[in-house]
Amino acid sequence: MAVVRLLPTQEARDLLDLTRDFADKELATRVEEHERDETYPEGLFAKLGEAGLLGLPYPEEMGGGGQPYEVYLQVLEELAARWAAVAVAVSVHGLSCFPLATYGTAEQRDRWLPDMLAGKVIGGYSLSEPQAGSDAGALNCRAERVETGYRISGTKAWITHGGRADFYALFARTGEGSRGVSCFLAPGRAEGLTFGRPEQKMGLHAIPTTSAHWDGAVIDSDRLIGEEGQGLQIAFSALDSGRLGIAACATGLAQAALDVAVRYANERTQFGRKIIDHQGLGFLLADMAAAVDSARATYLDAARRRDAGLPYGRNASVAKLVCTDAAMKVTTDAVQVLGGYGYTRDFPAERYMREAKITQIFEGTNQIQRLVISRHLSR
Amino acid sequence: MNIVVCVKQVPDTATERKLRPDDKTIDREAAEGVINEICEYAVEEALRLKEAHGGEVTVLTMGPSKATDTIRKALAMGADKAVHLVDDALHGSDGLQTSYALAQVLKKIGFDVVILGSESTDARMGTLAAMLAERLDAPQLSLANKVEIDGSTIRIQRLTDYGFDRVEASLPAVVSVVEKINEPRYPSFKGIMAAKKKPVETLSVADAEIDAAKVGLASAATEVVDFAVAPPRAAGTIVKDEGDGGVKVAEFLASKKFV
Ligand SMILES: Cc1cc2nc3c(=O)[nH]c(=O)nc-3n(C[C@H](O)[C@H](O)[C@H](O)COP(=O)(O)OP(=O)(O)OC[C@H]3O[C@@H](n4cnc5c(N)ncnc54)[C@H](O)[C@@H]3O)c2cc1C
Repeated sequence: MAVVRLLPTQEARDLLDLTRDFADKELATRVEEHERDETYPEGLFAKLGEAGLLGLPYPEEMGGGGQPYEVYLQVLEELAARWAAVAVAVSVHGLSCFPLATYGTAEQRDRWLPDMLAGKVIGGYSLSEPQAGSDAGALNCRAERVETGYRISGTKAWITHGGRADFYALFARTGEGSRGVSCFLAPGRAEGLTFGRPEQKMGLHAIPTTSAHWDGAVIDSDRLIGEEGQGLQIAFSALDSGRLGIAACATGLAQAALDVAVRYANERTQFGRKIIDHQGLGFLLADMAAAVDSARATYLDAARRRDAGLPYGRNASVAKLVCTDAAMKVTTDAVQVLGGYGYTRDFPAERYMREAKITQIFEGTNQIQRLVISRHLSR
Repeated sequence: MNIVVCVKQVPDTATERKLRPDDKTIDREAAEGVINEICEYAVEEALRLKEAHGGEVTVLTMGPSKATDTIRKALAMGADKAVHLVDDALHGSDGLQTSYALAQVLKKIGFDVVILGSESTDARMGTLAAMLAERLDAPQLSLANKVEIDGSTIRIQRLTDYGFDRVEASLPAVVSVVEKINEPRYPSFKGIMAAKKKPVETLSVADAEIDAAKVGLASAATEVVDFAVAPPRAAGTIVKDEGDGGVKVAEFLASKKFV
């Protein structure tokens, strides 16, 4: 069931058609196999790049698609409805381009950004560390100035696309305190850089999440993005946008779960009638539909504020909280609608439920979103 | 090289398709219009020929005004320009009339190669390429799964029950293609943006010097007299295996002349 979307332009409608077509053929057909076998979808990101889907929210002058967030996020939603792991990696790629696109010098942008936005190279975002998750400011990884650049030492954790990405937006310490963190556009391969074994996760099996061990690798000084010490500011402003991406991915997951549940409830009969015609279950489905629609409305509201140049940090946190909680509830209820079948791997509902869980955790746990929202309120 | 690819908009096969009760033509409003699937392969082949030999790819579509969606898609894939033949007088035209109308346009715009899909998913006549070739007095190379051009010679390969035929002709020519021929590309987002700026020429029946009396439902050579919804499939025969299942299945296949 294709979602009927309100889109601002004909080109946006054509873009969503392209996205659905691409996602039906390239994602929906492969997702089960790769999520089951935990294998990386070789070549898929190159295809996403060729189709123009990896630089959508960045300006055309920089090689991006020049699309408003309102449109870009709906593309992510469609991707996530077929394959959450891929949609999340697309969102993280967009996040990893943010520091350079927003804080880089013209020279830095000209040098690296076109290939990044065309998807010729894929990015990861490396902020978290084993002991510094929610409290990102407690990160320890060091970037020490040496003659030719910065020598990086320390351990980063939880990197989506770790070991596979071609570059990382890396946050490391050049000084002390919250003003002592800097942002680098680090290469994906370097002497003295190794990656841990992929984490054994509950879901998102096709895309590796790894740690990175920086053992004195030296990166060129022109890979510093923004000023020394500006890192956390860059990291958090990137996350405002990234959270919207996660909100959209969560909404896509919820939509996919709703679709499966509705289809099933219209076919399955018990006590002589379709289970959707038992009011107790019909109302469960109604609540699921209401949760999906309100999730979409919430992230689109935040996106439109961003597109209009208005402050949107609080709205992005609200969207992340509302959409990911909706995804958890809707996917859990979808398993319920399918009964025992829902608990098996013969149907995708259990996968959606496993995938939804992470959306409440990364890019700021939902506790942290509440912290952000309440701080906005107490100002 | 001047390559023209004929593209048709058809009702989405994924939705319920209907005939109009009044004039028994396809209800093009009832279902969403999409590009006829085999036409995507024709566009892809046209683009590959252009990439190999240079020239220009023109999309030619006859259809109602909403067929612009389908034209845009072909342009987004990479075609250079489009001609849209649109006129109420064309409504209800059958295969013969459609081939006449398209041939008039093709004579006007000129061509070295005309490429078409082998059939459309709505009418499923599969005769347009042959009719067009006849009207244009050009050789017809039908059901190609491979196309090669060498100077003014065009060669195709056609899959058959016994292997394949090699067919050769000189340009200009009309080629129809089957789905095995290639893997159509996605219209990239850059292509979508570029398509907005590509020229689409709209022609009426008069513009294309088509005799209005020769097209449309009233003068069609074929007539849909009646139609009915296909009856639901009857329940199959269930063979219970009581040790003789294999024999019974073989007997069934023999009775249907499969073995
Ligand atoms: C699959 C996956 C992919 C990831 N991808 C990336 C990536 O690409 N890049 C990256 O940098 N990171 C990534 N992460 C890391 C992710 O962002 C962190 O896991 C997350 O920020 C939480 O940090 P933590 O795991 O250390 O939990 P902790 O911060 O230790 O939190 C534990 C619990 O305490 C709660 N808590 C913590 N502080 C507070 C507080 N002040 N008030 C109330 N409750 C609090 C949290 O909400 C949580 O419930 C990924 C994680 C996973 C699992």
